[in-house]
Amino acid sequence: MTRAARIPFWRDIRVLRISAQIAFVLLVVLLGNWLYSNLQTNLRATNISFSYDFLQQPASMGISEGLPFQPTDSYQYAFWVGVFNTLRVVFLGMVLATLLGLVIGVARLSSNWLVRTLSGIYIETLRNTPLVVQLVFWYTAVFLKLPRVDESLQFPGSIYLSQRGLVMPQPQPTESFALWGLTLLLGCVLAVGVYIARRIYLERVQRPGTPWLWGLSTFLFIATGSWFLLPQSPLTWEPPVMGIFNFEGGMQFTPEFTALLLGLVIYTAAFIAEIVRAGILAVSKGQKEAARALGLTNLQMMRLIVLPQALRVMIPPTTSQYLNLAKNSSLAVAIGYPDLFNVANTIINQSGRAIEVILMIMGSYLTISLLTSLFMNWYNRRVRLVER
Amino acid sequence: MLKDEAIIICRDVHKWFGNFQALRGITTSVSKGEVVVICGPSGSGKSTFIRTINRLEEHQRGQIIVDGIELTHDLKNIEAIRREIGMVFQSFNLFPHLTALQNITLAPIWVRKLKRSEAEDLAMQLLKRVGIPEQAHKYPGQLSGGQQQRVAIARALAMQPKIMLFDEPTSALDPEMIKEVLDVMRELARSGMTMIVVTHEMGFAREVADRIIFFDQGQIVEENSPNEFFKNPKHERTKLFLSQILQH
Amino acid sequence: MIGQKRVAVEVPPTLRWLKENLFSTWYNTLLTLLCLWGLYAALGSLLTWIFAKADWSVIPANLKLLLVGTYPAEMLWRIWMALYLVVCFLGMSAGLWGSLLRDTVVVLSSAFLFLALLPFGVNERLLLSGLALLSWGMMGSGWLLRRSSLRRWGARILLGLWVLSPVLVVALIGGVPGNAWLAPVSTAQWGGLMLTFMLAIVGIFASFPLGILLALGRRSELPVVRWLSILYIEIIRGVPLVTLIFMASVMLPLFLPGDTRVDQAVRAMTAFTLFTAAYIAENVRGGLQNIPRGQYEAAQAVGLSSFLTTVFIVLPQALRAVIPANVGQFISLFKDTSLVFVAALLDLFNIGRSILANPNWLAHDSEMLLFIAFVYWIFTYFMSHLSQRLERTLGVGER
Repeated sequence: MTRAARIPFWRDIRVLRISAQIAFVLLVVLLGNWLYSNLQTNLRATNISFSYDFLQQPASMGISEGLPFQPTDSYQYAFWVGVFNTLRVVFLGMVLATLLGLVIGVARLSSNWLVRTLSGIYIETLRNTPLVVQLVFWYTAVFLKLPRVDESLQFPGSIYLSQRGLVMPQPQPTESFALWGLTLLLGCVLAVGVYIARRIYLERVQRPGTPWLWGLSTFLFIATGSWFLLPQSPLTWEPPVMGIFNFEGGMQFTPEFTALLLGLVIYTAAFIAEIVRAGILAVSKGQKEAARALGLTNLQMMRLIVLPQALRVMIPPTTSQYLNLAKNSSLAVAIGYPDLFNVANTIINQSGRAIEVILMIMGSYLTISLLTSLFMNWYNRRVRLVER
Repeated sequence: MLKDEAIIICRDVHKWFGNFQALRGITTSVSKGEVVVICGPSGSGKSTFIRTINRLEEHQRGQIIVDGIELTHDLKNIEAIRREIGMVFQSFNLFPHLTALQNITLAPIWVRKLKRSEAEDLAMQLLKRVGIPEQAHKYPGQLSGGQQQRVAIARALAMQPKIMLFDEPTSALDPEMIKEVLDVMRELARSGMTMIVVTHEMGFAREVADRIIFFDQGQIVEENSPNEFFKNPKHERTKLFLSQILQH
Repeated sequence: MIGQKRVAVEVPPTLRWLKENLFSTWYNTLLTLLCLWGLYAALGSLLTWIFAKADWSVIPANLKLLLVGTYPAEMLWRIWMALYLVVCFLGMSAGLWGSLLRDTVVVLSSAFLFLALLPFGVNERLLLSGLALLSWGMMGSGWLLRRSSLRRWGARILLGLWVLSPVLVVALIGGVPGNAWLAPVSTAQWGGLMLTFMLAIVGIFASFPLGILLALGRRSELPVVRWLSILYIEIIRGVPLVTLIFMASVMLPLFLPGDTRVDQAVRAMTAFTLFTAAYIAENVRGGLQNIPRGQYEAAQAVGLSSFLTTVFIVLPQALRAVIPANVGQFISLFKDTSLVFVAALLDLFNIGRSILANPNWLAHDSEMLLFIAFVYWIFTYFMSHLSQRLERTLGVGER
């Protein structure tokens, strides 16, 4: 058809689609170019040029915790110390917030009215106030109000709490630690062996069962057995000792770190608790009734029916809570914990390199976020596969 | 069939979904005022075929000409053709946030640029025609399936189309509601509307259709008047299909 | 049945409730006792602290700072006026549309009445009672409007006023250049709870259109548009809000022509807008995904262009479905305004901190921080309660 051959281009959908995209890109490029040219003129006016050379210069600032740091170390190293401090608090925070969140989420569904109500109050209070207010409260109104270091609050197990932070015993390997490690390795091998043997056995008799439980108990049995059988226990707890000005030895956490960790954990736990609760409630009543009708016991029902489904519902929102926790760790700047944002802030003040450093900050957080979601997505897929 | 009266002409229409070929060279035409029923087993490409006629699906080879306008990538032609074709879906697809009346008047007001009062008059006439004027101000959620489908027919008619496409209009309905929708369609056919109907309602086909097209595996297997189609199916697959569907 | 009834008669209901809810098993009993002991220890010391030891004088002494910052005292009527304006619209809407809005206004007016009972100055107490009266009055007139034939037009005008309201409020509080009555008040003088609200309101209103565009972009058939939208959304969601505020406060001037001057509050609002837009986009995308394909097809089949389809079919359904999620977004934005310390702004939280830096009030941080937390809590708790109820009402009305 001749009519088909000649479509005016301004009416051709294919042309329109491509030209719309080109127009959009053009718009974005123009906007970007405008911003960039403004940046160029403004930088020229202040005589700064974009470069990362300053990273090698000495930072001449102090970082009070994390990796050892001297004022003569470079900006680059200072930044890495900040990244390390962020990762430290984020990782610990995720683990502790998950545990606390699980406990409170389950408590929210308890048959005990008092437990249910108290966990409800916990959730509603913490979720509805800004995190930074909570952090500053923990830091200034709690930790800085603690007794001086020579009058530390003492808790059972040589744990001390004072203005200088939290001090607790640190496990120290003894001479027999190497030997114990060896038996642990052995235990691992044995556990895997038992696991496989049990699986093969179950496969042969065509029965369901819990081979992983067999493996785990084998390992635990060997680990604890060898601990007590060895002439000297492989780890000793080295308690902190009061020195002239401060404690020496043991694990020491600064008040900034402890307040930040505490604040992040109890804030995030409130959100995770809600996720746990919603996840368990999301498993419909019909599912539970069906499980009962099949004659499963309560425990079997939880393990085989409820938890796998609840977990699937819980993982995506938990991922976003982990991401929030990682991003919220930047509020460390409000209480002076030297995390990556805080250190970078100081670097900007000292070097005047705002753009370069802000790009580094954003890059770091994007990497952390990306890695967290990649890991959680991988885990999510695995859980789904197991479920199917 | 007289070629010059043909309002829809399809020549060797092919359609692929990825590697799957849904239509394998469909050639047919429909004349003005004709009622064509398309039947065939599920997955035979009959729905895909009528959806290519108003470009809900894009065909990759061949020609479709509707009322003298060829369907191509030409945006203006597509808009023009959609204005001439009304469509009724299996799952009604009424807009849930609008009342029955608003569902009907939306396109006349914004596409045909009628005044609101004109559009509402038109809508009320159509609602009377499909037998539910009293439901004008209800939302789709408050209507039964049969009523919803009748509103959907009125909505399609409100654009005053020359052709109506029906994609299994009664498949999602309870048996007692099927009749009320088929009655409306029967009346429409008698009024001289050009209709293409994908359906499993063989009673309706026998009574109303001028022609029946049987689809299988993306091809037209058989095409005949209802009498011939039911009494003398020529093709093996048609016989098999009829024996299965008429058992019910 | 009969046996059960007899048991119920024998045991008093309170005791039975206690038994069922607190002492049903041995571990429940243990848990109850543990909780009671913990409550006793914690509540005891907390209550003695609140009522006996704490020195709350820091709050009334700095109340003006906490509420409006260093806003000029002779201009305070403008803030009252803005408040009156909003209450006026709110009362009218409550009368006209009822349900949740009505409950909101009832709670709000009781809050005003309660505040009027507190020992503020005579003027403030009168103004507060006026607010309570106005809200009831407007609610009544809204109700009358609802019954009258003007209902449809009234609703339209009211909606228009709501859309205009942020502009009106900003004009009232920020001033209009060249107007003798509304002399401009620089944002450097905005502060306290007022600034907190202004940041949150401007942020949510400005980010809404951008968020919708981004959501549509992310669902676009055009790959370039889609990928650029995804890039923007994911970058913004991957970085902390403080870095964005910081970036806006340090770098925004660098990206604008050399002679433009942008004050800190506007920089912070820019950051909030860019940030919130990405989250709103994700909420709206959720709503868009839930619209069945048939809706698009039906719209195409009746001849609507893709623009008309978006405006009349897609967005009304999608936006309605995501209202609760967006209220949630507003709540977190409201809490996040406390992060403006990186831009050196003095919102409720940060003006509180700066008061604590004053040697006179040095030892009052617990009182101040608890008060601030309490104020945030009241508002966010109320709003999240509202959004939960909203979710329920919207869920019922659908389909």
